[in-house]
Amino acid sequence: MSSVLSTASRTSSPRTTAIFFAGSVALLAILPAVLPTYHVSVATQILIFGLFAMSIDILAGYAGRTSLGHGAIFGTATYVVLYGVANAGLPLALAIPLAVVAATLLAAIFAALAIRTTGVYFLLLTLALGMIVWGICLRWSVVTGGENGIRGDIRPAFIGDARSFYYVTLGCSVVLTWAMWRFIRSPFGLTLSGIRDSESRMRSLGYNVSLHLFIGFVMSGVFAGLAGALYALFNNFVSPSTVALTQSVTGLLMAIVGGVGTLFGALIGSFVMIALENFVSFYTQRWLTVLGLVFIFTMIFAPAGVLGTIRVLRARRQG
Amino acid sequence: MDRRTFLKTTAAAVGGAGLGLGPMRGALAQTGPIKIGLLAPLTGVIAAGGKEVVEGFQFYFEQNGLELAGRKIEVIVEDDASNPDTALQKARRLVEQSNVNFLVGNILANTGLAVANYVKGTGTPYFIPVIAADDLTQRARIPNVIRIAGYSASQNSRPFADWAYKQGYRKVATISQDYTFGHEQCGGFAQTFTELGGTIVQQFWHPLNTSDFSPYLGQLAGLGIDAVFAMETGADATRFAKQFASFGLKGKLPILAAQNMTDQSVIRTLGPEAEGLVSAAHFCEGAKEPATVKFVAEYEKKFGILPSIYGFSHYSGAMWLAEAIKKIGGKVEDKDALLKAVRELELSGSPLGKTVKLDAYGNPIYDIYIRKVEKRADGKLWNVPVETYPGVSQFWKYDPETYMKQPAYSRDFQGIKKA
Repeated sequence: MSSVLSTASRTSSPRTTAIFFAGSVALLAILPAVLPTYHVSVATQILIFGLFAMSIDILAGYAGRTSLGHGAIFGTATYVVLYGVANAGLPLALAIPLAVVAATLLAAIFAALAIRTTGVYFLLLTLALGMIVWGICLRWSVVTGGENGIRGDIRPAFIGDARSFYYVTLGCSVVLTWAMWRFIRSPFGLTLSGIRDSESRMRSLGYNVSLHLFIGFVMSGVFAGLAGALYALFNNFVSPSTVALTQSVTGLLMAIVGGVGTLFGALIGSFVMIALENFVSFYTQRWLTVLGLVFIFTMIFAPAGVLGTIRVLRARRQG
Repeated sequence: MDRRTFLKTTAAAVGGAGLGLGPMRGALAQTGPIKIGLLAPLTGVIAAGGKEVVEGFQFYFEQNGLELAGRKIEVIVEDDASNPDTALQKARRLVEQSNVNFLVGNILANTGLAVANYVKGTGTPYFIPVIAADDLTQRARIPNVIRIAGYSASQNSRPFADWAYKQGYRKVATISQDYTFGHEQCGGFAQTFTELGGTIVQQFWHPLNTSDFSPYLGQLAGLGIDAVFAMETGADATRFAKQFASFGLKGKLPILAAQNMTDQSVIRTLGPEAEGLVSAAHFCEGAKEPATVKFVAEYEKKFGILPSIYGFSHYSGAMWLAEAIKKIGGKVEDKDALLKAVRELELSGSPLGKTVKLDAYGNPIYDIYIRKVEKRADGKLWNVPVETYPGVSQFWKYDPETYMKQPAYSRDFQGIKKA
């Protein structure tokens, strides 16, 4: 698995990536012209969850740490935006930065507690931390509205309709995806990949492994928080299910289906999962079963995920 | 089938499914079918109730035909998965993709509130026969959200408090699941009871899905109270009733149960421990009204179970909508006319056997039954009426505008009058 992972993440040259990136953006930009309204809102959701899954992939794919606490970080930002605007009456321009700060702080706490562990211990610790946040959102009903959550028309009128909000989301996605890509390709990002491949070697080369992982975790939290803030605008609503474990698992599954360690794969995973959920559930109530089968087949036939497999195949052909 | 053929056929099937979606769009002429979007939790924590929502709603149309004012009725069912995010997404799909004329349904308050917030923006009429959150027809009401055939959470507990006081109970404790539906039902009880001169000795709030009630039962036993008001739903209700009985409290400490605790969805799984439980509700499956008897018999014949609040409410909701649609000649595209017709309708044919109408805030006014769980001749448990409070609105005896100046019920505000 780890050799597949490294092949998958190493075979993208900056040039092909740039072409691929520009092509995708162009394609995404014309989508609202051909899609009906509902599909545009599904596309918006795919982009938001794509960002979320990418933030998880920064850790899972590049630092080798699989987090189950990112749903809580994402959802905390959603809560802060909704609480700020709908309950505390703050302007949106203030609530969004506050939400990102809150998500960053939460990520820093998670990171400080979890970063020294690896593998299943990291998984369990982030899971537990995420559950604490979920518990707080559920029980601190004076602030969070408990089970009922917080509602409000927080999306400004000028981006009120599905199409203009889609373009806002697309704009944010382009900038953030580029930022994440730059981050993982930066010298700092490469040290994360180094830590993933061999912690002891990085340590003996003189790197402060814990500090690097800490920063990596916090940065990934920043991106998850930004996605969560967008989600607040998308839904105008938040409840404990947004910070629940299923949210973290969904994000992780998206990253896995698309290909862990491919970054853009997370977007593909988000597309596969949300599109399947929407279109399969149109025909059968058993859409969860279909989704489950898709995961099983992905794991059997394409363990490196969609994009990962494509890259592996291409690398093989080039010999 | 080898792996490659399998992959190919799967891809072809998935691709084909995707293509099939194309022709589904397109505007509908006024002569097309009336499309109803029914949202129900068919999976998740309250899936059993969701099934009855769909059955009850469709049962009405099965009996009366899928045609109103010359137009066909098309009911599109979507699963909200007992999750507000999913509910919101499905509501979006019903409105924006399936082009439904209006939405009906949902069970859990959080799913209903999420959908209500969405339709506030689109103006789509949304009817909620089960969602009981007080504020949807009080402080935070939305013109296009109407609670046909439903009730608001604190509505039934007020006459119940009055009845309890008349039984001579003076000191009562409450135990409830710790969420809005519980806060509101307890609030209604506590406020009315203390205003009459009773005392609320203590209030216990426990998390949803509590498996062990013994810490609470031990405390309840030692409080020296006359009765306990218990607000439990689903599996919590079953566990509470069983543990209360095995703790030896049954027969010693009377339980005043919230209506959902003795609803058919709960007591059909219970035995002797549920017998004798008293509750207050607008629907009582053991009532002697001919319309109720007829409905219960037909429902039982069709589904093999006695109707729960979910089945009953959605059956009545369907009837309410059908009557209103007939009045406006099937022109459901005119949202304002539809909402007006629904709001002004006085429903006489409902299984309650009495005429039901809405108050000015979109919540029905009912004759509330005080009911008691008894064993029917064939051994099944059901609720039979003990007493009736006629014409109870969500505001009890208060002036609506004055009432709505007080905050909504929460853990911290229960409307308790200081002695």
